[in-house]
Amino acid sequence: MRRYHLDEVVGPVVLVVAAALLGTLVSISTQTYFTDTLVKVAIVVGLYVFIGNSGVLSFGHISFVALGAWTAGVLTVPPSEKPAIMPNLAGFLQHRHADNVESLLLAALVGGIAAFLVGIPLMRLSGLAAGIATFAVLEITHNLLQYQERIGPGLNAFSSVPETTGLRQAALGAVVCIVVAFLYARSRFGRLLRATREDDAAARAVGASVYRQRLIAFTVSGFLAGLGGGLYVHLLPVQVNSVYLDLTFITLAMLVVGGATSLFGAVVGALAVSALDSWLSVAENGTSLFGWHIDLPAGTAEIVVGVLMAAVLILRPSGLTGGRELRLRGVPWRAFASRAQA
Amino acid sequence: MTVTWQNLADGLLLGSVYALMAVGIGLVFGVLRLVNFAYGQLVMAGAFALALASQWGWPAWAGIVLCFAVVLALSAAMEWVVFRPLRGHSPAVMLVATFAVAFLLQSIALLWFGSLGKIATSLTFLGRFWTIGGVDIRKIAIVAVIVAAVCLLLLTVLLGRTEIGLHMRAASMDFSTARMLGVRANRVISFAVLISGALAAVVAVMLTVQTPLVTPDFALRDTIVVLAGVVVGGLNRPIPATLGGFAIGFASGVLGGALPTDQSQYLPTFVFVAVILVLLVRPRGLFDFSRTVERV
Repeated sequence: MRRYHLDEVVGPVVLVVAAALLGTLVSISTQTYFTDTLVKVAIVVGLYVFIGNSGVLSFGHISFVALGAWTAGVLTVPPSEKPAIMPNLAGFLQHRHADNVESLLLAALVGGIAAFLVGIPLMRLSGLAAGIATFAVLEITHNLLQYQERIGPGLNAFSSVPETTGLRQAALGAVVCIVVAFLYARSRFGRLLRATREDDAAARAVGASVYRQRLIAFTVSGFLAGLGGGLYVHLLPVQVNSVYLDLTFITLAMLVVGGATSLFGAVVGALAVSALDSWLSVAENGTSLFGWHIDLPAGTAEIVVGVLMAAVLILRPSGLTGGRELRLRGVPWRAFASRAQA
Repeated sequence: MTVTWQNLADGLLLGSVYALMAVGIGLVFGVLRLVNFAYGQLVMAGAFALALASQWGWPAWAGIVLCFAVVLALSAAMEWVVFRPLRGHSPAVMLVATFAVAFLLQSIALLWFGSLGKIATSLTFLGRFWTIGGVDIRKIAIVAVIVAAVCLLLLTVLLGRTEIGLHMRAASMDFSTARMLGVRANRVISFAVLISGALAAVVAVMLTVQTPLVTPDFALRDTIVVLAGVVVGGLNRPIPATLGGFAIGFASGVLGGALPTDQSQYLPTFVFVAVILVLLVRPRGLFDFSRTVERV
């Protein structure tokens, strides 16, 4: 009997909606932090789909975020501004244009296809080799995007991309990612992949193909990462270094701090680390808390997040949530669940 | 593409430096099964020590002493605070943890010294040129090759001829069996971490001669490339790892100078494609011809 634990998806969605609603209460300048947080939720949930379910490390997902950002960015810069930002753009891209939703869908598609193609050779690896190889993918993507001015702005920033990612679009994007991640994790594929994570040999013995399951998860998470990249480029002028090591670090930190093996952990981690990071960034410019005036030196945020990530890894390697999904007791989920039985 | 003697000297310089970094990373991996992503930040700390010493007007030898002291203290702290509690975790968790430590140290350097960095001037005389047979070669290239050779020779003697060296070799072959036979785990690991730190200090001295401007991301790129080189060479054994580090440094140094800019800018792409190919085709490493079955 298969039962859908709807609380596993409702909990994270409620958290995201609550964060978005909280964001409507603050000033416009502070709202950017909330929007940024929700985009990070989308990216971290994308990471979770692969890393959380497979237990294999990937340093390469920000490549797919970058490709998504490049896709959405190149297609939505107004044609009149393209020669200024991207003078060497290839001919077929010069006159193509997409609206907001199209650009996001294409960003997700490009991320997914790239992940699938990269995954075909790479999903044979695990452990340390997978870590190094995915890192190599990040380096290659960064190097190519930096110098290939035929497909993007090179070292320039994606300025004049329409800033359509407000609170609503970011929250919607994050919810889409959460629902996709939930459906994947509850599917036959997600269950098989988690079986290979828990016991490789036993999973093989019952006929699960580790390679195929990992490739499916890698592709799905590439889609979500690409979508996250599209959302990101519509939020702020993305530049090649803003989708590189720093973003890799902060998103991995979020996933690990929250608890890599659960969707709830990914969302909690993204929200918690983002809240801390944003608050510290504000405090670097001077703020007050409970009547205390706080003025932290610039760079404190990175240090605190670094210490937090190292501390969680050392003291509580399964993360804040213990890597478990949210299960509410006393809520009549069975009534919903019995209808959804397969 | 024409390769000049100058390019070859640059290649030898970078190859020697990377070989030492590879040994430093490989020694710790041998006993702890831990890839230290934060190795570059040890080098960075040493480089800042040199820069500060030259800013205070200290003589060169005092700067080098300070550099060693800082790097060794930081290595010991890293082993005590991070590596020890992480012992026994999966290699992937340890890699992420050292990734976090690397970022932490880099942010601390950013906070203390700013993003513009400081200039280490006390050793600039080594950056000048010697003219040998009509070819200009920077002194540091020759010094680096000699220093690297001496370090590797000392290390070979240490690993091959002393008791602690024997213990280290035993520990990196099979840690639990070695412990059962009386090898003291903490002593061997601390020793490996300290030697690895000493090598980081040597690397810091040589890299600051080559690039006197020390910024918080000093040696970060080098560490990434060396890690790739070590994996390509073969992480499980010291000699293949060192060869891998040397090869990738030599290739980067020669090609970086000899290729025209519009090609050399894609050097990282070629290097990392090669890394992926080696991982897929020869997961034990290019230079590892032993028959052990463990994969990286």
